[in-house]
Amino acid sequence: MSLVFAGVCSHAPGITGRADRADPEVRDAFYAKLDELRQRLEAAAPDALIVVAAEHFANFFMNNMPAYCMGMAEQYEGPIEDEEWLGIRRTEVPGNKDLSRRLIEAMLGEIDLAYAEEWKFDHGIMVPLHFLTPRYDVPIVPVNINCQGPPLTPLPRAYQFGRALRKACDAQPERIALVGTGGISHWPATPDSGTINEEWDRQFLERFLANDREAMTSYTDAETFRDAGQGGFEIRTFITVAGATEGATGELLFYAPIPIFAVGCTVATMNVQ
Amino acid sequence: MSLYYVQKLLYQLNRDPAVRRRFEEDRDDLLDEYVLTEEERRAIEEGDIGLLYVMGVNGQLLMHYSALLGQSWDEYIAAMKEGVKKHGPVRGGLYTLLKDREQ
Repeated sequence: MSLVFAGVCSHAPGITGRADRADPEVRDAFYAKLDELRQRLEAAAPDALIVVAAEHFANFFMNNMPAYCMGMAEQYEGPIEDEEWLGIRRTEVPGNKDLSRRLIEAMLGEIDLAYAEEWKFDHGIMVPLHFLTPRYDVPIVPVNINCQGPPLTPLPRAYQFGRALRKACDAQPERIALVGTGGISHWPATPDSGTINEEWDRQFLERFLANDREAMTSYTDAETFRDAGQGGFEIRTFITVAGATEGATGELLFYAPIPIFAVGCTVATMNVQ
Repeated sequence: MSLYYVQKLLYQLNRDPAVRRRFEEDRDDLLDEYVLTEEERRAIEEGDIGLLYVMGVNGQLLMHYSALLGQSWDEYIAAMKEGVKKHGPVRGGLYTLLKDREQ
């Protein structure tokens, strides 16, 4: 089969961990759109879900930091964080080792992709799964792009990575769904937590939803850091999804800054052609 | 300044229950394994979140150490702000990226 679904969403730990402190009206509207994303995902009937995430020093550290890594295990677990802190119970999450292996083999011709047979999911994957596969019954193929410890992969490379991922998916018999997850502008876990540059977010989203490769990959890291904070580096996950759906445009289901969640909360889909 | 090792310790503390146990029961022995200045070692031992932030520890690591020490989210944010007030601006790491580029 091939890629049957593509979407993006936010993953900030506050979304579940500080849920009771958000304006209930905006929070519930956001949750409702996450649930719509879940319904659309389920309607695509995927055999596996690839989550392109930007983890936060749960498995990967500066002693040996891969620019790109894909999980290749039969099973994962998460969250690695304190369950109370994140508001998500620790659980086992099924993987699909054989599919991972085939995807990795297909991509290595173009991408120097690292792999990991051990992976403890942090909030970057667990928050999306909490909403999108709440019964943890869809096999997950985790992908990480280093968005935390510079030097980081250049944005055009993230787009190319998406293209290669798509090509690899289309060569498999399974129905594969893809979700990218990251912040847009945000300054997480710093004294500026809660600051959100809505104007920058909306401009990026416009570029992303139009699948304007040139425009969405034109930011330098210094510009992103200045205007969108260190959390803005995570646009690489969105850009990968755009690369995997090159030629298609997207649909914004939700965007609203929710400061106590420390991010402009976003839900969108990309059309898969 | 050995920010790398401060962060490595927090990384391992966050992800490994066995390291957390050693941190409780055998702290000196554990800390001896990391290349730390006296100031860094003291900041870790005293749980000085504000100073660790000023030293340049990434918040994605630091917020979990703060939670491990029993601080609430608001206490964590306040501790970083207090640290900047007391010790001055962040000295290294990711948050000085623009400053480093200009030099």
